[in-house]
Amino acid sequence: MTHFLPEGTVKIAAQNLGVFYGEKQALHAINLDIRAGEVTALIGPSGCGKSTFLRCINRMNDMVDGARVEGSLTLDGNDIYDRGIDVVQLRARVGMVFQKPNPFPKSIYDNVAYGPRIHGMAKDQTELDEIVMNSLEKAGLLGEVEDRLSESGTSLSGGQQQRLCIARAIAVSPEIILMDEPCSALDPIATAKVEELIDELRENFTIVIVTHSMQQAARVSQRTAFFHLGKVVEMGDTEQIFTNPQHTLTQGYITGRFG
Amino acid sequence: MTDHTVKSYDEELAHLTGIIARMGGLAEAQFTSALHSLVKRDDELASRVVAGDQRIDEMDHEVQSFAVRLLALRQPMAADLRLIVSAMNISGEIERVADYAANLAKRALILNHLPASVPVAGVARLAELVRSVLKDILDAYIERDVEKAIRVWSRDEEVDAMYNGVFKELIDRMTEDSGAITASTHLLFIAKNIERIGDHATNIAETLHFQIVGTPPQGERPKGNTVGVPQ
Amino acid sequence: MTDMARTNTAARTAQSVSARLGRRYAAERTFRLLGLGALLISLGFLVILLSSIFAKGWTGFIQTQVALEITFDTQVIDPEGSRDPAALDTADYAALVRSALSLRLAPEADRGARRELTALISTGAANQLRHMLAAEPDLMGTTHTVWLTASDKLDMVIKGQVPRQVGAEGNTLSDRQLGWVSALETGGNIRKAFNTTFFTAGDSREPEQAGIWGAVVGSFFSLAVTLLVSFPLGVATAVYLEEFAPTNRWTNLIEVNINNLAAVPSVVFGLLGLAVFLNLFHMPRSAPLVGGLVLALICLPTIIIAGRAALKAVPPSIRQAAAGLGASRLQVVVHHVLPLSMPGMLTGTILGMARALGETAPLLMIGMVAFIVDIPKGPLDPAAVLPVQVYLWAGSSERAFVEKTSAAIIVLLLFLVAMNMVAIMLRKKFERRW
Repeated sequence: MTHFLPEGTVKIAAQNLGVFYGEKQALHAINLDIRAGEVTALIGPSGCGKSTFLRCINRMNDMVDGARVEGSLTLDGNDIYDRGIDVVQLRARVGMVFQKPNPFPKSIYDNVAYGPRIHGMAKDQTELDEIVMNSLEKAGLLGEVEDRLSESGTSLSGGQQQRLCIARAIAVSPEIILMDEPCSALDPIATAKVEELIDELRENFTIVIVTHSMQQAARVSQRTAFFHLGKVVEMGDTEQIFTNPQHTLTQGYITGRFG
Repeated sequence: MTDHTVKSYDEELAHLTGIIARMGGLAEAQFTSALHSLVKRDDELASRVVAGDQRIDEMDHEVQSFAVRLLALRQPMAADLRLIVSAMNISGEIERVADYAANLAKRALILNHLPASVPVAGVARLAELVRSVLKDILDAYIERDVEKAIRVWSRDEEVDAMYNGVFKELIDRMTEDSGAITASTHLLFIAKNIERIGDHATNIAETLHFQIVGTPPQGERPKGNTVGVPQ
Repeated sequence: MTDMARTNTAARTAQSVSARLGRRYAAERTFRLLGLGALLISLGFLVILLSSIFAKGWTGFIQTQVALEITFDTQVIDPEGSRDPAALDTADYAALVRSALSLRLAPEADRGARRELTALISTGAANQLRHMLAAEPDLMGTTHTVWLTASDKLDMVIKGQVPRQVGAEGNTLSDRQLGWVSALETGGNIRKAFNTTFFTAGDSREPEQAGIWGAVVGSFFSLAVTLLVSFPLGVATAVYLEEFAPTNRWTNLIEVNINNLAAVPSVVFGLLGLAVFLNLFHMPRSAPLVGGLVLALICLPTIIIAGRAALKAVPPSIRQAAAGLGASRLQVVVHHVLPLSMPGMLTGTILGMARALGETAPLLMIGMVAFIVDIPKGPLDPAAVLPVQVYLWAGSSERAFVEKTSAAIIVLLLFLVAMNMVAIMLRKKFERRW
């Protein structure tokens, strides 16, 4: 990755970021830095705005009618919501993995090749093959699907489907991967494989993960942000958040004392 | 802090701290009884103290296994995690305190059969001080009182100073009267053990601070001369 | 709660549950029986309807024929011996039939008897002979036994649809004619054969010469126009409304109107077609083009509604996955959503087309009710369609049109069943799981 920044540099920065769905304000004045080469976990109760924040980063909220953003959200210093930024280009730089594994009802190969195809990343078939194989390899799935690339992506098990979705996301060579509760539909073994994968991907990608499992946030992330009622209550090193949170709300949430 | 959403979790944490509180009370009583047996030359009381140590050992085991169970089943975080880890720690400290109390009682049994050639008043004063320190820290644990814990923590110096006095007094006594060497040596060890109990109380204070605040107490601990050599 | 109290409550619950159990089961049984009853009643009606149609209609596929010794008399056909095709074409072949008839049945018949004789054979018999000779010129001057189509009156009698009795209800044959029929029958000169005319001819005033092919071709052209117009329009509308249009007062209004249009009586669309396509644009009357356009209007709401439902059924996760990879809105729709929703859209379209195939009223308004003998060659030729043909025949006075009407209904029903089968097969074939 040539565009890779040294670990610890601020990759994404939110300043006074507010998001509205029609009249309803979903995020209030968010100030948050996401550092390159780290896994940042976003935790908080349902409806706290963590997914909304995640979907701001690749402008997925654009798809929602009446969604409005104020304040600034920058990627490498450029405002994501600037008129000059093209959504398609942004999403090529910011990949996303969703809560429910959602492979296209196409072959495994076509699933992974879709992104490179629409972005014209491969000059010929050989190059495309290479990208697909590499991505499957990086997603730790190649060994399991090597001899059945033409089978439907939906024929895989849940955990394999989710790793296929990760392979599909990294096939576009994004800089950032957003994960929206990627393991909530998986069993513990599949979850462990995905978590191991996240740990490996950290080498090459900046990862932002929304999770409901505090244990998962603790296991995979270096930094954790706690959201509550559309605000960031606390952001810090994962170790500190889980052993000695500074805010009573954070403390209440992670120890299971929420009103 | 408010209660857990899962009520049985609260009950289990209360159960854990309850054992520690009872254990602390028991250790304190053991210590007091050991002192009485020394001052009053009461063999029977001393024997009871020696026998009572086993109960505290059992309670320590109970704390350790219950804490492990909580760690496995509740996967505690933050304050809960600190509380459970501290409980394991503090339980160990209390167990050591009780051990010293039992040791004191054993030495009392020996001293009781020697002529009362050496006065025990100095050791008794030291013991009284340490006993109040121990009582304070156990109260602080039950009340979750950080201020009190910090006060206990800083009193260690006072204990050390008094121990040095007692040490010097006993050395002087031995140089004056070679017939009192045996008794003085035992008393010397008793004083040392009492001073150790003070140290354990200080450790409990540190652990308690971590449990409540999340960090060890700030700054260097005020440390007196523990070796007993005048500076 | 103490254990004792808990046990008591549990026992009470069990008691009250078992007390109501019988009534609950009885209610369920009654409900099931009612449902079964309703099903059986509607099934019964369906069976009655179908069996009456088939009972009346199957004879429509059969035609009575009469064997006659036909002499291709050169004196009658080509007195000048020129063998000119134009002359052969205009020759009096009916005379050949007449003479063959009189030769066989009544050699010394007078004029009246001859007229009664000719009434036994279809007027189309002359045409039959003309075609024979045109195909095989060598027949000239020879004599052959030829099976000629019987007239509808004879046909009815032979099929037993009307009693063989002079003056009986529906019977138009005279005593003398009935005698000739018996003579032909005993001579083995009457047979019942498969009615190919019914499947190859256009409409006719003579029932034995009437066929549905003209109507089938007319329906085909109409439906082709309907499909070409309504499918692209309907799919485009559905995709725009579902995927691109913002949700606001205007799109809501449009949505409500589309739903209402689906319920508008089809005759209203016919009036619209009359006013717009015929009076305003001066399109040809009775043409499948106009019929197809009107039917397209009727189909559109159905296709749009079915299309939107099919689009809605595509899980949003697929859209998000594609968008998350950087696909543009159009790419998301074209690459993923549309292919996945296509089976549903096709099903909706076929069902809409099946409805269009059965529509009569709107076509009456645009003049597709005319009597048209020729088979249409294109969507601009005047044509009838199947249901209109049924309607026309049902109104005809000849007894022989009754069976033709039912036979045409059978053909129409077969087409509808076939289309529905295709719809079901499409749905089964492309059904996907996510």
